[in-house]
Amino acid sequence: MCFVSEGLENLDIIRLRLHTVVEKLSGNPIYLILPLILYMSFFYVYPLVRMLGMSLFSPQFTLQYYREFIETGIYLQSLYITLKISTLVTILCLLIGYPLAYYLSGLPPHKANVLLTFVLVPLWTSILVRTYAWIMILGRNGILNQTFMKLGLIDEPVMVIYNIVGVCIGMTHVMMPFMVLSLYSVMTGIDRDLLKAAQNLGARPLETFRRIFLPLSMPGIFAGSVLVFIISVGFFVTPALLGGRKDVMISMIIEQAVSVFLDWGFACATAFILLFLILAIFLISGKMIGFEKLWGRRA
Amino acid sequence: MKYFRKSKGEPTRSKVSLLTITSYLTLLCLILPVFIIIPISFESQRYLEFPPKGFSLQWYKHFFTHYEWKAVTWTSFKVAFFVTILATILGTLASFCFVRTNFRGKELLFGFVLSPMVMPVIILAIAIYFFFAKLKLIGSVLGLVFAHTILAIPFVIVIVTATLQGFDVSLERAAMSLGASRLRTFFKVTFPLIRTGLLSGALFAFLTSFDEVIIAIFISGTTANTLPKKMWDSITKEADPTLTAIATMLITLTVSLLLFLEFFRRRQVSKQLSRQSSIAQEE
Repeated sequence: MCFVSEGLENLDIIRLRLHTVVEKLSGNPIYLILPLILYMSFFYVYPLVRMLGMSLFSPQFTLQYYREFIETGIYLQSLYITLKISTLVTILCLLIGYPLAYYLSGLPPHKANVLLTFVLVPLWTSILVRTYAWIMILGRNGILNQTFMKLGLIDEPVMVIYNIVGVCIGMTHVMMPFMVLSLYSVMTGIDRDLLKAAQNLGARPLETFRRIFLPLSMPGIFAGSVLVFIISVGFFVTPALLGGRKDVMISMIIEQAVSVFLDWGFACATAFILLFLILAIFLISGKMIGFEKLWGRRA
Repeated sequence: MKYFRKSKGEPTRSKVSLLTITSYLTLLCLILPVFIIIPISFESQRYLEFPPKGFSLQWYKHFFTHYEWKAVTWTSFKVAFFVTILATILGTLASFCFVRTNFRGKELLFGFVLSPMVMPVIILAIAIYFFFAKLKLIGSVLGLVFAHTILAIPFVIVIVTATLQGFDVSLERAAMSLGASRLRTFFKVTFPLIRTGLLSGALFAFLTSFDEVIIAIFISGTTANTLPKKMWDSITKEADPTLTAIATMLITLTVSLLLFLEFFRRRQVSKQLSRQSSIAQEE
């Protein structure tokens, strides 16, 4: 029995100690971030730093992998394709997403919330499911071709998949929620009375829009475009499944270097070229409009 | 003449309806490609067709009777479960730090912990792949958990910091001045009030891991295949129609989780409202 009570006493002491430790730690919330910093240093920063090392040493310091990228036409070509597709997707998202965000931001909140579900459900649906759906729709014997042939609009299947058209359609669909949400969060902050004031002073609706609403929604346009562009540049799943042999994006070059050519050094160098590109876009746009606005609210 | 134009108040009707029509069309274009898979998944033929010729559950049956599909689904659930726990704990602790304290370089640190959101997953995937190859974590559930947690943490932090910002710290002070310890204050006062935020953070962490494919392609090896990894293999190699059934179930999962969150949030709000009104009545 004595043994048991001693054990209990020990347990009490442990509990007390634990308690004081918790008190001390929670009294100073600054310590609360330590676990996260340790975790991210080990599983996020260190692997990336290690990858930078792998791209620069072989085993002596060398720039051969970076030179390989710059000197080989195919890789520069793929960089160009990546930027082209990303720009196209960003423009498409903006053109299609802007009117939608404008409409949603003018609705009463409860109604807007219901309609925003239509944006959030695709956002949180598995990217594979969305891309697979586009294969079913755009494929050679897909829904689009079957329907058009039944209607007699076309005689033989049109190829809208495994080329740049398919990639752009699929990626625009995937990126649209990011654009709409970025625009929406800025547009809901715009004081609509300003528009009424402008109209009362005799401005046409179009003029009101151009001179009042559009400039005020500029931060949203900027944040949404930067976000969509950055995500597009490094995107992998959709271009890999919907793209053709000719439209190879940088992310696919990296994947091939690892799993097909087993050229790890080159894969690391390419990954860092992509990372620097994104960092540069991010820093420049952050300097221009402020980093806080870039993050915005998303989920 | 300009001042007599009839342009104030309501804009011309045709313009409004044009905007409405385009908006609804865009919403339709967003949602339709996702939901079009659902009818196809009930196809009764040997191959897929749209519109489906007849109704059958053959692809669902195929999924539930094949060991391989069941095994990968179970792995995905396991991984996502542990990711949810790990990411929610790490993220919530850090969120307290971000909201409650001020220190130099806080903005920069905040940007850093959110950076996995915009970091191309392919870069992270190969960096972790090379690292885990050395640690012998390729092909293990643990490795997937560690990697997916990095992707899930930003979502937890974004949601929980937003929740904490709307939290009245004086409630905690009141509890402590009445003699409650910090832990007791946390569990009796803080936690119930931020519960909804934590829950949505956790659910989004779960979905992030459960749907993640790129990291899984690289580090799941042959022994820890996840559901998205197997789906990827299936799409790139054979295009098994079972995919439509799986896709339908994944869509159902997403929609029900989002609905559940919305329901939970509304209940919380209405509870608070009724509490406030009852307090007002007592006064």
